[in-house]
Amino acid sequence: MTRVGMTVDGEPYEHEVEPRLLLVHYLRDVLEKTGTNIGCDTSNCGACTVHLDGRSAKSCTVLAVQADGSQVDTVEGLAEPSSDADETDGWHPLQKAFHTEHGLQCGYCTPGMIMAAKDLLEENPDPDETEVREGLEGNLCRCTGYVNIVKAVRTAAAELREGASS
Amino acid sequence: MTAVDTPPSANVGTTKLRKEDAHLVTGRTQWTDNLQLTGMLHVAVVRSPMAHARVTKVDVSGALEQPGVVAAFSGADLADHWAGGLPCAWPVTEDMQSPTHLPIATDEVRHVGDVVAVVVANSRYGAADATEFVDVEYEPLPAVVDMEAALADGSPLADTQLDTNRSFTWQKIDGDVDAAFDSAPHVVERRFINQRLIPTAIEPRAVVCAPPREHREYTMWSATQVPHILRLMLALTCGVPEHELRVIAPDVGGGFGSKLNVYAEEAICLVLAKRLGKPIKWTESRSEGYQATIHGRDQIQDVSLAFNEDHTIRGMKVELHADMGAYLQLVTPGIPILGAFMYNSIYKMDALSFTCHGVLTNKTPTDAYRGAGRPEATYAIERLMDEAANELGVEPFELRERNWIKHEEFPYTTIAGIEYDSGNYEAATAKAKELFDYDGLRAEQQRRRDDGDPVQLGIGISTFTEMCGLAPSRVLGSLSYGAGGWEHASVRMLPSGKVEVITGTSPHGQGHVTSWSQIAADALGIPFEDIEVRHGDTAVAHKGMDTYGSRSLVVGGYAVQVACDKVVAKAKRVAAHLLEAAEDDVEFDAGTFQVKGSPDANTTMQDVALAIFAAHDYPEDMEPSLDSDATVDPENFSYPHGTHLCATEVDTETGAVTIRSYVAVDDVGTVINPQIVEGQVHGGLAQGIAQALFEEAVYDAEGQLKTGSLLDYYVPGAPDLPHFTTDRTETPATTNPLGVKGVGEAGTIASTPAVINAVVDALRPMGVNDVLMPASPQNVWNAIQAASSASTTAASAADGGAA
Ligand code: FES
Ligand code: FES
Repeated sequence: MTRVGMTVDGEPYEHEVEPRLLLVHYLRDVLEKTGTNIGCDTSNCGACTVHLDGRSAKSCTVLAVQADGSQVDTVEGLAEPSSDADETDGWHPLQKAFHTEHGLQCGYCTPGMIMAAKDLLEENPDPDETEVREGLEGNLCRCTGYVNIVKAVRTAAAELREGASS
Repeated sequence: MTAVDTPPSANVGTTKLRKEDAHLVTGRTQWTDNLQLTGMLHVAVVRSPMAHARVTKVDVSGALEQPGVVAAFSGADLADHWAGGLPCAWPVTEDMQSPTHLPIATDEVRHVGDVVAVVVANSRYGAADATEFVDVEYEPLPAVVDMEAALADGSPLADTQLDTNRSFTWQKIDGDVDAAFDSAPHVVERRFINQRLIPTAIEPRAVVCAPPREHREYTMWSATQVPHILRLMLALTCGVPEHELRVIAPDVGGGFGSKLNVYAEEAICLVLAKRLGKPIKWTESRSEGYQATIHGRDQIQDVSLAFNEDHTIRGMKVELHADMGAYLQLVTPGIPILGAFMYNSIYKMDALSFTCHGVLTNKTPTDAYRGAGRPEATYAIERLMDEAANELGVEPFELRERNWIKHEEFPYTTIAGIEYDSGNYEAATAKAKELFDYDGLRAEQQRRRDDGDPVQLGIGISTFTEMCGLAPSRVLGSLSYGAGGWEHASVRMLPSGKVEVITGTSPHGQGHVTSWSQIAADALGIPFEDIEVRHGDTAVAHKGMDTYGSRSLVVGGYAVQVACDKVVAKAKRVAAHLLEAAEDDVEFDAGTFQVKGSPDANTTMQDVALAIFAAHDYPEDMEPSLDSDATVDPENFSYPHGTHLCATEVDTETGAVTIRSYVAVDDVGTVINPQIVEGQVHGGLAQGIAQALFEEAVYDAEGQLKTGSLLDYYVPGAPDLPHFTTDRTETPATTNPLGVKGVGEAGTIASTPAVINAVVDALRPMGVNDVLMPASPQNVWNAIQAASSASTTAASAADGGAA
């Protein structure tokens, strides 16, 4: 067993873990942060995408011990707490746009998709359709056919740009 | 107050953002694998690495010595726990041959991934590790992989307990097929291959089963589309009384048919919970699922069409070989049979013969995959219409239009004996052609053909229909299906004016909570936000037939409407009583009951609900309740249709195919929520296009699955797929009060032939008349090479070999 410590969605955690424990299992099984999903065992699907020190990473390809000392952000930490009756007020523009553009159906790919899209928009705040599609290459969705995911990401991009300029 | 000018339906037909989304975009989900219960143990499954073998030894003692391992069992250890094998609910013929399918095999394994033992440990990793220490000895048996070879005399057997690999031969003949073909001036004949596919819902399967605690019941959470069917079938399989088993489908991450089943691991978790008295969890890894979760398609289709001189169709012959795989799962044999009604599609003809050979092989069982039997049929007829147009020298749309059922001919009883209630193929086609710029693209195609452009433009057409909304129970009975196709809904009117709608459908991405709320909101005149829809838990939604076959709206939504209508009828009596008016004088509109001609004499649905809860004053001849149930049995299937057009750019030098544009005009009748409908079409298109261009499950001659993970089985990502242009025509169904038709599978059914027709069309000048799916660069290149060597041979024969 090895001692790991990391900040996840702003909270500090420390545990003794098996050295081979995957970060995604650490999040899901140890921290019970089940917002991040697992869709494959070959690092193809992207359902497990989180941010590791600010960049998107597939948490099934990282060992918990490798994330020692890191800052991990998951979909669960994305929304600002909202005092308003309408909880969507606190949502990140990507969460809002996936909702308004119907960028999800079963929603299983969605946490990974949103985290990957967030990274994409941090790199490229105004991607065209092709750039969004290529930027999300590592994330599979079986339900939506991607059209509305692309729309959602571009809608969120516009909102984020507006927020940044105002 | 007075009833104002509210439109009769304020919700139905408008886009309402989904109620389902909040927990999904914020990660507050309830996937089965999220569950952690006190004392929970984890199961790992030991699977056969061989396609076919006798199991000569299973020794679990090594696993029992591993840290954290609590128990381990072979098939023999648990054999007494099964009341029967895993069920097949669709015995299509009386003499259908069906291998005994125990959840854990005992002496013979029949496909790679067949279960031979299970290990139970106190951690996920511990259980998986210990499987390495289960000692299994196999004596290899010959693997049956090729369907046609499997039916040849002297073939090895896929199951040594049977004396044939032919599970069944099922036939349906309508009209005089011999007469249609014997004197036909033109016959077009082809063999098409509908390759094997792996559904790949992004959430892998998972099961948690808890033994009785304070209640007598077992509780099972499963990533399933069919909690109700699962409950009954597990009760029968595992000998747990049905009323002592509760099944919950919590958040379920897609299914596409792959979760419409009763799986070994579900039975195993139930039996282990019983045997060990602890909650048990099993979660599939993706690669494990590729062996253990059903596959789809896998048919060889020999089809022919006979034409008159005027290009009207005389008749059609269909002979199928359908790969069942190693076992008949829940509805395996019924899948190709559904095609029997669909090969004629939208076309009129006087004769149709359909013969299907169900073949057992040593591969993962096939079963329902999005479309289930109808994509195969649609692919064959729509490919064949293009081939016929080419052979007859007519425009492919012209040939279709010559033969399709005209708008004014509905309702129309097809040669297959089912009645299409409504449709308008002309309108959908006109709209699609315009959106696509059909004439412009044809002109460009001609230019590029003339210029010898190495990248050729292809245009593919699919004018499809399908039968969905499974299903009229009597029809299912006549097809030997083991159950009916009704659906149930109940409406609970709460005293505060809020409403609970209980549905027997089990959504896993389709948005029923939102759409059912819209239906109920309009029917009851209650705000959309005040309605909660409950589903997917047999203790809450006690009755249902679940979600598959594009049935949920046309059958389940219909049930919601009928249950709401019953509430309104009861409430109207109460309202009349309270308003001291005759019931006939009370009108209901948008949530308000009003006495005709007395604008001030009115009350609301909410007030009536409160009054009936108080029950101080209500009509003497009724019970103090507005709550209502409805179980509806559809009188007919649902027949959505549409025209899809695909333009492909095909590089004749590399075989690479790109979709340049895709237009889908679908007619799904009345639409409840346009955004959800469009999303269903998008997703369907993606899966149909995936079959056309990307996906294929490949087995080698030994029955090893060569595409055993997402590394080798290519599920398209965002860069692989185009933007879709979608639109609709609206021809309401006449067989349900909402006028709705199914939409879940339409896109998948329509798109595969549209894409392949486009690829073949691009290459037609090179002599190419077919391209194997998926139309990968390699398959396209092979088709070009085969055509060019055929034309060289023909040319040199014509030149006397001088060339
Ligand atoms: S679970 Fe990490 S990429 Fe699939
Ligand atoms: S919404 Fe279901 S996998 Fe993307």
